[in-house]
Amino acid sequence: MSDERTLDLLEAKIEELRQLDAADGMDLSSEIAKLETKLEELRLELYANLSDWERVRIARHPKRPYALDYIDEIFEEFYELHGDRIDADDRALVAGLAKLDGRTVVVLGQQKGRSTEENKARYFGMTRPQGYRKARRVLELAERFSFPVVTMIDTPGAYPGLESEEANIGGAIAESLATMARLRVPSVAIVIGEGGSGGALAIGLADRVVMLENAIYTVITPEGAAAILWKDKERVPDAAAALNLTAQHLLELGLIDAVVSEPLGGAQKDFQATAKALKTELNEQLGELQALDVQRLLSDRYARYRAVGRYDRIAASDVEQEDAAIE
Amino acid sequence: MAIFKDKQYLRVDVDRDRDDSLWMKCKSCDELVFKRRVRENNNICPNCGEYFFLTAEERFELLIDEGSFVDISEPITSDDPLAFVDRLPYPDRVKESQAATGLYDAIVIGKAAIGGVPCVLGVMDFRFIGGSMGSVVGEQMCRGMEAAIDSGCPFILVSSSGGARLQEGLFALLQMAKTVAVRERLADARLPFFSIMTYPTSGGVQASIASLGDVIIAERGAMIGFAGRRVIQHTISQDLPDHYQTDAFAFEHGAIDRVVSREEMREELISLLGFFGGSQ
Repeated sequence: MSDERTLDLLEAKIEELRQLDAADGMDLSSEIAKLETKLEELRLELYANLSDWERVRIARHPKRPYALDYIDEIFEEFYELHGDRIDADDRALVAGLAKLDGRTVVVLGQQKGRSTEENKARYFGMTRPQGYRKARRVLELAERFSFPVVTMIDTPGAYPGLESEEANIGGAIAESLATMARLRVPSVAIVIGEGGSGGALAIGLADRVVMLENAIYTVITPEGAAAILWKDKERVPDAAAALNLTAQHLLELGLIDAVVSEPLGGAQKDFQATAKALKTELNEQLGELQALDVQRLLSDRYARYRAVGRYDRIAASDVEQEDAAIE
Repeated sequence: MAIFKDKQYLRVDVDRDRDDSLWMKCKSCDELVFKRRVRENNNICPNCGEYFFLTAEERFELLIDEGSFVDISEPITSDDPLAFVDRLPYPDRVKESQAATGLYDAIVIGKAAIGGVPCVLGVMDFRFIGGSMGSVVGEQMCRGMEAAIDSGCPFILVSSSGGARLQEGLFALLQMAKTVAVRERLADARLPFFSIMTYPTSGGVQASIASLGDVIIAERGAMIGFAGRRVIQHTISQDLPDHYQTDAFAFEHGAIDRVVSREEMREELISLLGFFGGSQ
């Protein structure tokens, strides 16, 4: 999005004029107003008809708010818990106790880094087996004390390295899924940025799944799909479109429950407003879930995941024809 | 002499040619071997011991009591929820695979006896779009587990899968959640679930249902892991050891219980089932 730079420049220019206006007492209000109108027009033009690939870029935007930003904004208190009790503390997945309007909840969040240094420590938000094992033990804590669970998904994928395989990353994801499937407390998963494949789903098997408007959730990155299915790196935007990975598509497909609006251009343009909208949605979803008794909660969750998938019955005559064709 | 070739890890050949000749060349030892002999030998090269991959049908034959098989797969096929087109429309790929294999999708569910013990088995077939798990595979697995619950018998899954069916997008990813949810029901019913990992068991299948067996057995020569060699080299350019994601690697790191040769797998299951006889 090279045009985004134009917008940033214009915004900076307006800010500059505002300062001049305030400092020197020069009356620049009409110039400022003109520029602001122009800015709004450009913004609409740029963001109103985003392609799916452009949304992927927003979901990965370096200024996009991360899990800890939302945690700080939405909850009155956050008490981080560390470590998987076996091996290490994976900083790509933060976990802890939090207060949501006075109630205690357990929060899991996939966390990317802002700086190179922080990204090194947080593996660019790619969760390792130790992270999923931390998630599991904190989920068990939530169940023990009947705390609802909120997860925030934002990862390119599980960390795909040798150390991950040595510590059985696949098994750790599977165990995290199993723990979420049988959890006897309500859970809400929110995709805040990138929902990257199994590494995202591992903390996403929740009673309700919510996405921010510019978040994505996908079985494979568009880059991966372009390489494997199209065998052509240039086809990334086509792959992004074909995967139906945006919040709006997934809502229409019935795979998620709600979409939380973001300001034009993405959550980073007005973080407070986004966090506020997210908190409202979270309270609504949790409120509905907390009205259910445990049996109902579990049977609804089971029904939801048991039903997921699309297939057609093959008519008996078709089967015979196919058999004939094979012979 | 091929037979003395120092081969540290077993290779499993998935490109079994479909021509009608009587002989085939083993890619591992380069010997011309008589096809019928290979087949009678569980698709293992009689010369060098190389494993050729098994179709679902051949896998059933290998594991179950003769004449005990009842196919309980549902006649269902993917409805292409994303209208997915890459180089080919997804329905064309499905039809192609159906024609080539005679299967509905990448798994066959059957009721059968193993050493006289009734079981439900799900056997994946790698020929069908790389054994990938989409809506149909997920649904069949779940119905298989439910059939096991209904008849109070063990469930055995033989995996051979590259992972999720990419053309079904998030529907495919969510089959991981679906199969895990039903696996929990099997656990609640206190019915044993044995997961047999063959070449290859990776991606979404390995990171869900296949890793949740009460007992996990790898067939010798299996490839087991979450992210393939290419993904790792592409994302973090890390050097990987030769035995990366082999059966030996998974065993050494505690991801599986045992490694068993193809020839011994049936006997292995019979003895294992013997330990669980009392709970049914």
